[in-house]
Amino acid sequence: MELDLTKAKEFYSKMLLIRRFEERCVEFYSKQKIRGFLHLYIGEEAIAVGIMSALTPEDAVLATYREHGQALAKGVSANSIMAELFGKQEGTSRGRGGSMHLFDANTRFYGGTAIVAGGLPLAVGMALADKMMKRNRVTVCMFGDGAVAEGEFHESLNLAALWNLPVLFVCENNRYAMGTALNLTESETDIYKKAASYKINSKQVDGMSVIEVAKAASRAVEDIKDGKGPVFLECLTYRFRAHSMFDAELYREKVEVEEWKEKGPLVVFQKRLEEMGLWSEMDVKELEDEIKNTMDEAVEFAENGTLEPIEDLEKFVYSEVSNG
Amino acid sequence: MDNTITYREAVREAIRKAMSEDERVFLMGEDVGNYGGSYAVSRGLLDEFGRERIIDTPLSESAFTGAGIGAAMNGMRPIVEIMTVNFSLLALDQIINNAGSLLHMSGGQFNVPLVIRMATGVGNQLGAQHSHSLEGWLSYIVGVKVLTPATVQDAYDMIGLALSDPDPVLVFENSLLYNSKGSLDTKSTPIPIGKALVHRPGKDITILTYGINLFKALEAAETLAKDGIDAEVIDLRSLRPLDDETIMKSVAKTHRVVIVDDGWKSGSISAEIMARINEQAFYELDAPMARVCTLEVPLPYAKHLEDAAIVQVDKIIEMAKKVMVQS
Repeated sequence: MELDLTKAKEFYSKMLLIRRFEERCVEFYSKQKIRGFLHLYIGEEAIAVGIMSALTPEDAVLATYREHGQALAKGVSANSIMAELFGKQEGTSRGRGGSMHLFDANTRFYGGTAIVAGGLPLAVGMALADKMMKRNRVTVCMFGDGAVAEGEFHESLNLAALWNLPVLFVCENNRYAMGTALNLTESETDIYKKAASYKINSKQVDGMSVIEVAKAASRAVEDIKDGKGPVFLECLTYRFRAHSMFDAELYREKVEVEEWKEKGPLVVFQKRLEEMGLWSEMDVKELEDEIKNTMDEAVEFAENGTLEPIEDLEKFVYSEVSNG
Repeated sequence: MDNTITYREAVREAIRKAMSEDERVFLMGEDVGNYGGSYAVSRGLLDEFGRERIIDTPLSESAFTGAGIGAAMNGMRPIVEIMTVNFSLLALDQIINNAGSLLHMSGGQFNVPLVIRMATGVGNQLGAQHSHSLEGWLSYIVGVKVLTPATVQDAYDMIGLALSDPDPVLVFENSLLYNSKGSLDTKSTPIPIGKALVHRPGKDITILTYGINLFKALEAAETLAKDGIDAEVIDLRSLRPLDDETIMKSVAKTHRVVIVDDGWKSGSISAEIMARINEQAFYELDAPMARVCTLEVPLPYAKHLEDAAIVQVDKIIEMAKKVMVQS
């Protein structure tokens, strides 16, 4: 992968978009415009941007409940995500999903699932369907390190490897399953080794480096599309914010968080671009302005959105065209 | 032409027909391929359709049920076989949190055209972990449909109905019915999902049931007839949605109700049906509603204990007579 000014701009602005989007989320959460559980992705932006850079619009993504970043990186509009968070029918899921359940058929974004590891079997099935129908597409499954303790993780990896399925597993290892550190819950904390035991091509990647993630992702997608079977990427990262807005964060030291912030994806990328002499050529102010406009527009769109009529509440429990 | 076949063959024929007509249909589950299905339902299908469409899975109910959901979301028409209803508990997360929820929580974007077949039923001295009827309990789940074929005709028709439905459908095949025989008309129009069927019209008392207990109820009705009690026997066929219309119409006719259900009493489908009759047809009743259910014990192994725990024809007769006396 060649890193030129265009690519650099694209990576930086996408990570910044996610960062600024989530900062707005915090703002509107405290204004009580956004309610429910809100899990922020701040600190992990390099993974979503790096992974999605390797995909085509035909490739599918399944994510967890911390998925604003993945959705934005896959191309779901900031407007519809913000409208969803505001509970409006112009949102990705007509206000029925909320922060944890973003869905968008147009960009092939399949959630937004809030049961840890619950998306892994779905990804296996999506990939199985592509293989059976001989469609050369990849299904990406994003999940956190907490999912590794669930049986579904192991069952799914076994199936994917056994059936040689076109699926890319991406573990975002941010070191904490809610408030419990990985070394308190896993006998083996190098998660990629677990995947390797299922004979899956698996690798540990610096999840703070968008370049490293993008490189690994494009190689993985290439291999998968060549029919070489599933790939597993463990992206080492850290979330700068609490698990959710309800989390008092009693389980880790402030100094640890501060140390990681210095290794944050935007900081690291800026340093890299400085070394390459590309940073000076980037008009960061212009990018910031552009993103600010996008955010203002998203908030306005969400504010002006309409509420689903109560009469429609029971829609979509079953499909409308049904023989039942 | 003799068109009498077994319930097992009827299910197999329905699967074979669906797979021949639609390349998106495939069967996946434990032992469905080389073994031929733990109840021999899929015997021969591997040779006919190959390993790509008759897929043996590991003992991973949650993952292969979830994979069925994912495949359905991505354009396929999977049939997932879960060996027994007891094992479906390992896949409940996928059934409730994904299959039943995805359409709604995606704002109508992603439907799940998935069929899950499960063997169910009490009896055969299989003990507490292989011998239960949990379909009433699974019919609690919104977003899924629950079918309980009792007859050979329904065993055949319901597979087709389930596959052409855009939403997840759970089909409960009673394992004690697999060897039962009946006539099959492959050309008739299937009775839709959500419709109950009056199997034996009667005017004195309504017996509501489904699955294997349909036959126990019909047998009870014949004995009751000899004592001058004319029982109407209704096969519910579908536990979600329930056919309130047929139920209430019958209650308005007979004014007396016995519900026969293989589930435990507490929180069972029989409890739900009683509540609905109370809500919709209370003033039609001439006597308190009654029910015959499995005793509230994990199913025991010993034959005499098992027999005492489960629904029997004489228990239905006794209960019907009791209701008649009360009115």
